[in-house]
Amino acid sequence: MTLFFAVLTPFIGAALVALASRLGRSHSAWAAGAVTLAAIAWLVPSLHLPFEGTTLIQQHDWMPALGLNLAFRLDGLALLFAALILGIGLLIVLYARYYLSERDSMGRFYSYLMLFMGSMLGIVLSENLIQLLIFWELTSLSSFLLISYWQHREEGRQGARMALAVTGAGGFALLGGFLLLGHIVGSYELSVVLASGDLIREHPLYVPTLTLILLGVFTKSAQFPFHFWLPHAMAAPTPVSAYLHSATMVKAGVFLLARLFPALSGTPEWFWLVSGAGLATLLLGAYVALFKHDLKGLLAYSTISHLGLITLLFGLSTPLAAVAGVFHIINHATFKASLFMAAGIIDHEAGTRDMRRLNGLWRFMPYTATLAMVAAAAMAGVPLLNGFLSKEMFFAETMEISAGHAGGWLLPALVTLAGALGVAYSLRFIHDVFFNGRPVDLPRTPHEPPRWMKVPVEILVVLCLVVGIAPTLTVAPLLAVAAADTLQAPLPDYHLALWHGVNPALVMSLIALGGGALIYLMRRPLFAWHERSLGRLDARVVFNALQNGLFALARSITRLIDTGSLQRQVFFLLAAALVLGVAPWLAGGTPLAGNREGLPLDAVSLIAASALIIATLATVWLHRQRFVALVTIGVVGLVVSLAFVKFSAPDLALTQLSVEIVTIVLLLLALYFLPQHAAPEHEPARLWRDGMIALLAGGGTAALAWAVLTRPYDTIAGYFLANSVPGGGGSNVVNVILVDFRGYDTLGEITVLALAGLGIVAMLQGLQLAAPSRDDAGRSWDADAYPAIMATLTRILLPLALLVAVFILLRGHNQPGGGFIAGLITSVALIVQYLANGAVWTHQRMASDSHPLVAWGLAIAAFTGLASWLFGYPFLTSTFSHLNWPVVGEFELASAMAFDLGVFLVVVGATLMILVNLGGLHRAPPKKGSVH
Amino acid sequence: MEALIALVIGVLTAGGVFLALRGQTFPVVLGLTLMSYAVNLFLFVMGRLAIGLPPVISDAAAGYTDPLPQALVLTAIVISFGMTAFVIVLALKARAELGNDHVDGRHHDEERHA
Repeated sequence: MTLFFAVLTPFIGAALVALASRLGRSHSAWAAGAVTLAAIAWLVPSLHLPFEGTTLIQQHDWMPALGLNLAFRLDGLALLFAALILGIGLLIVLYARYYLSERDSMGRFYSYLMLFMGSMLGIVLSENLIQLLIFWELTSLSSFLLISYWQHREEGRQGARMALAVTGAGGFALLGGFLLLGHIVGSYELSVVLASGDLIREHPLYVPTLTLILLGVFTKSAQFPFHFWLPHAMAAPTPVSAYLHSATMVKAGVFLLARLFPALSGTPEWFWLVSGAGLATLLLGAYVALFKHDLKGLLAYSTISHLGLITLLFGLSTPLAAVAGVFHIINHATFKASLFMAAGIIDHEAGTRDMRRLNGLWRFMPYTATLAMVAAAAMAGVPLLNGFLSKEMFFAETMEISAGHAGGWLLPALVTLAGALGVAYSLRFIHDVFFNGRPVDLPRTPHEPPRWMKVPVEILVVLCLVVGIAPTLTVAPLLAVAAADTLQAPLPDYHLALWHGVNPALVMSLIALGGGALIYLMRRPLFAWHERSLGRLDARVVFNALQNGLFALARSITRLIDTGSLQRQVFFLLAAALVLGVAPWLAGGTPLAGNREGLPLDAVSLIAASALIIATLATVWLHRQRFVALVTIGVVGLVVSLAFVKFSAPDLALTQLSVEIVTIVLLLLALYFLPQHAAPEHEPARLWRDGMIALLAGGGTAALAWAVLTRPYDTIAGYFLANSVPGGGGSNVVNVILVDFRGYDTLGEITVLALAGLGIVAMLQGLQLAAPSRDDAGRSWDADAYPAIMATLTRILLPLALLVAVFILLRGHNQPGGGFIAGLITSVALIVQYLANGAVWTHQRMASDSHPLVAWGLAIAAFTGLASWLFGYPFLTSTFSHLNWPVVGEFELASAMAFDLGVFLVVVGATLMILVNLGGLHRAPPKKGSVH
Repeated sequence: MEALIALVIGVLTAGGVFLALRGQTFPVVLGLTLMSYAVNLFLFVMGRLAIGLPPVISDAAAGYTDPLPQALVLTAIVISFGMTAFVIVLALKARAELGNDHVDGRHHDEERHA
């Protein structure tokens, strides 16, 4: 479980960090640091395993039937990434403490950062591909929050939206790719997938799978042509950029390339797609970086370029290239994180990031300048620094792969050009910012930052140096295990050393260094040329055009199917249901009636049914006189409850009767605010059309009911009838089904009822309706709002009604009754108090807020279910026993009765919530002109 | 008896459908109420008709009717109440926001000219 806890820690920590911010600004930084250390501590006991050649896999069943397990994996590659994520994360936590200003919310920042850290950790430690994807999407979401941290800034919101759209679309493609991969291999476990490389590569679905996965990788790692979101994400606070664009977010893409390298690489498709995209990105990023005047813009495109380099290396497919790729991941993370932090310090202390104004900062901050220059030199690939080593390996690999091919000079030439551009923009970063004359009207006079703000940069720069000077003593073991687990094979022969003698790679490095210096010297004419030509291209324009086009398409489809008229929608729905319902009758030759013998007709039933039919027709006919319609529909409901009595359903009859009362009260209250008469309709054609539909629907349903009722049937009722008493401890089978056999359904249903109540309260909040002072005939309301006789009588009746309710609740398990009915009876009893005595009078004697009732009800019902877990039974298993009470005699106690109590409370709470809030409306002052 | 019940269900459905197609909110709510009567009855009689056989276990009982449709319908009745309440409050909200009680938020005279 240790790996699971390591991933879980930052997620829990996110909440703790947010809480800690209430204690003071520094507290959330301390808490974030502690959370990161805790996550590290969970990993420490397993750290030695990858170095011993063991892959640690921890698995917990989750949905084994679907192949979805909570599965974590710690091997060399995962270890390397976990170290980068947590190590650099810790430095970012420290750095951000000094970077954020007084106005920025510390708690929110660190909370998002922890969420993001947990998601990243989840990606790299996942053994299950679907689980990996979930964390992958979580990084998209949490990076959205981080990029838009300064929500008041337009570019922050736009940048975050663009990043989410691009990486989210990529995540969708990736899901498709993973599902195909799971289909091919038959498992989502990485161990199986990595061992099935040949099976995957020879499968006919290989190309679609590869394409979809690469779409996910390329969007995440900002590969051409999806690179454009990354520069816009620079609107984030610099600590975020330093974290997302060095060690995490964008590295998730190349992590996946490395992770799936054994499973997918080694085919021409892989070679051309991956190295092609990598090369294009490498060149494009390096070229654009040179022309950016914004310090972070330069670093953003440089990041794109270096990601291209890593992608290109993995695309080359040779084991040695993969080793170089892993090595460059480490090196890029260290120098790029420190460069971003340095850029943040400069921005923080000088007030701008524009390199046309930032000049000659050496004089003001020599110490920061030294750090930044070392890191920039590492980025350029200068000897004695870590960037040099991996770049050298990269150059050597491109020579190796091109040797003996026609046109084989092209790849080495292009990567040398990219190297030269890299040197040029690194030079620009150093020379423009720290030398090159004096600053141009800076908002403030720059100076060295606080001591602790420099510490993270120092640590990273020292790492660049020691890795660059003595690679074998420092990074070699980590690189070896990470590379070996990337390849899932023995490592190729390679030597980490500064000096390999004079070889083609060294020559390429020298050409790149010299060429870069030359390009930088020629920058002025180059800048002028760029401004005139390519500088005008902006990928955002294309993205926005695409996005707007997509929105327009969505809107036109919506307009096509949604006409904005409920009346028409309902018509289409009913017509469609009719067609679908009638079609099978026309097709099949089955007779309408079956041969089951029916019950004989009796006079009482005939009279009741006639009353119901007449009342229904009256409701339809008189629906414009709304009060009359309400009376007639009440008659319908009454006869329906009589039908339940007649056909052996006492529980239903009781429920229907009490629901009938609350429904009528509800509709009466609503009618108060609605017109009491409606104007007649003027469209006979529509009336005829609706009449036809209604007749067809009615006839169809009647025919269906007739067809069913005249046929014999099988039922599962026997089980319930047989097990109700021995299994559920109750003789009222309907109630036992509700609270025991199908208790889970009931829990869902009372939740729906609670939600309906809450939704109604939300809708009524702030609602103001003009209450008419007289009825439609012009008569004013009775001055005696609360008649004395009614008030007195209802007060006497209340305890009686409550007694009945308690009785009904208690006997419900064995006799008709139960939580639903008791709840409704209680509601009616209380509502009557409101009606007879007024809300003010009632609230003096009773809590006005029924939210707690609903909450308690749901909690009791849920806890009765959970309690059975304590005894090792499935959710909502019930138990019962018989107690001998003095005076009362033998009394049965069932856990299902507690559940029924929960049902009771929810029904009372929700009903009161609905009716009392609706009734309270008319006391709100009417708003002028709100109703015509 | 079965034919009578089928007829009742049919009449309730027809009335419910006709009212649900009206343009103003109140008749639509009435229509939905009628329809839920119809649907509840329909579901209930799926257990076939039985007289004097309530599903309450006792030694004296001659037999029991099917309890399962009853359990389903019981919660359906309560949920229909919740739904009716939600819809009618939605109608009130619409009247406050839009100034009329048409389901499409239009005035009656607008409808005539449309």
